[in-house]
Amino acid sequence: MDMKATKKKLGMKERYRVLTRDLGWEPGYQSKEAIFPYVRYEGIKVHDWDKWEDPFRLTMDAYWKYQAEKERKFYAIIDAHAQNNGHLNLTDARYLSALKIFLQAISPGEYAAHKGFARIGREFPGVGTQVACQMQAIDEIRHAQTQIHAMSNYNRYYDGFHAFADARDRIWYTSVARSFFDDAMSAGPFEFMIAIGFSFEYVLTNLLFVPFMSGAAYNGDMATVTFGFSAQSDEARHMTLGLECIKFMLEQDPDNLPIVQGWIDKWFWRGFRVLGLVSTMMDYMLPKRVMSWREAWEIYGVENGGALFRDLARYGIRPPKGWDDAEQAIDHMSHQFMLGLYQWSFGTAFHSWIPSDDDMAWLSAKYPDTFDRHYRPRWAHIKKLKAAGTPFKNYGLARLCQCCQLPCVFTEPGDPTLTCHRETVYKGEKYQFCSDGCKDIFEHEPEKYIQAWLPMPALFSELGGDVAAWMDWVNLRDGADNGDYDGSRDQKHFDEWRGLATSNL
Amino acid sequence: MSTVFIALQANEETRPIIDAIEIDNPQAVVNRQPAMVKIDAPGRLVVRRETIEEQLGRAYDLQELQINLITLSGNVDEDEDTLTLSWNE
Repeated sequence: MDMKATKKKLGMKERYRVLTRDLGWEPGYQSKEAIFPYVRYEGIKVHDWDKWEDPFRLTMDAYWKYQAEKERKFYAIIDAHAQNNGHLNLTDARYLSALKIFLQAISPGEYAAHKGFARIGREFPGVGTQVACQMQAIDEIRHAQTQIHAMSNYNRYYDGFHAFADARDRIWYTSVARSFFDDAMSAGPFEFMIAIGFSFEYVLTNLLFVPFMSGAAYNGDMATVTFGFSAQSDEARHMTLGLECIKFMLEQDPDNLPIVQGWIDKWFWRGFRVLGLVSTMMDYMLPKRVMSWREAWEIYGVENGGALFRDLARYGIRPPKGWDDAEQAIDHMSHQFMLGLYQWSFGTAFHSWIPSDDDMAWLSAKYPDTFDRHYRPRWAHIKKLKAAGTPFKNYGLARLCQCCQLPCVFTEPGDPTLTCHRETVYKGEKYQFCSDGCKDIFEHEPEKYIQAWLPMPALFSELGGDVAAWMDWVNLRDGADNGDYDGSRDQKHFDEWRGLATSNL
Repeated sequence: MSTVFIALQANEETRPIIDAIEIDNPQAVVNRQPAMVKIDAPGRLVVRRETIEEQLGRAYDLQELQINLITLSGNVDEDEDTLTLSWNE
């Protein structure tokens, strides 16, 4: 009987060593210090880069194989969506506002993350870290591309999708996400890792992608579910990289602890403010909702974030400084920000609306302590003004926070009737903030944040306060892209086309 | 005790994987949400290749999980036979 000789296969740990560690080399004619100049200037001490290991032990060959499979699945569904009038199978075209915000604010963030990871993959000396950063850099550009591609089908039929790149750079609410990523990209490699790999990926993206994508499924948006879950399958790896990197820093040297803790405090609060946008998407913009912002926070913030910080306590890490203020804000932030978006809807490249009676009943059930008391009366008043033919428009421009760039619409921790406002003077100039968290961040690095480009002051300094000229500049078509959903072209088209799709008249 | 979790897309490929996770982790709670399944477990959750292969009826590489993985929580440790999620407290 012939014996078939089986070629001995490498085990996963062995394969990881051969295809990762063994790709590195010792430099001969240049010093390591000259090759990796940025790795020391943040003060983080690393004694042994080989201690860093990817717990998934994913090697580049396996990476390409699985990513190709994800792309095949993604395009099969995107094609089906475009071929089968997917844009008419939504619960309602109001849903598209959430997608427009996603495209204008979040997808460009994916691209920024790509640039950041490409850079730090070069700046970190460890081979394991370099390979993981390279994979993440490729993931992030894939996310930007697949998201833009998936949403391009909506651009053929609806307003507000056509100029997302201009919106990203120039509109006020998108500058919140932009400044977050610009801040991270202009930091050193370790801080970037905490900002994106740890705070954004591990602590916050679950809140953005998981319940929201499940919500897209509920609202008949096959295209978004597909890009969302396809992206999120990479996020599991990114979160793990972020967590491993933080443990690596803390295990390498006890002197790293205060630096890391400072970054956790800063980036938790920066990320939490970006999530202000997401809270309105979840509580107000999904016609059919999976869970409230508060419920999502309980699962992914309180429970999961709590577990994470209990785990890291063994290194001396405590929960982020803004944790308690965040908890206090959860029952208010979506309402406060949505009221802001509605009153400034002339300046948004998406539609907002007054919640229906059913929506308000849902909101009051989900927010029993806050909605009826603080926010229903304001919506009722706005509804009355609209019925009287004098809809509420706030043409006064918002005061923006110098750090997170959100309008200062949030209230004091502990007093939801008082607007929170902080200011500080630096080199003779006064700066405004939405919260203690943002003011603290500014005061730690004032030279960085005084350079921030803020959309509202820029409207005056660059365009003399001319709102029509500003709309041209940001590529926002007045009367089409902006304003109330009620009476919009999106509403008219969706109703007409859906009628055509379901009848023969 | 802190909860670890793993969330997978709800599809034909993951059905036997979810069954296998339930077999190996009797303490786990399976939450079925639109388009996804989230499996929570107190402190620790183990995904075993052999159990998946029994449920699936074919050889399985644990790294195939990457394709349908949505998110997870806990410290990860993976080799050819198991993927373990755990919190240290």
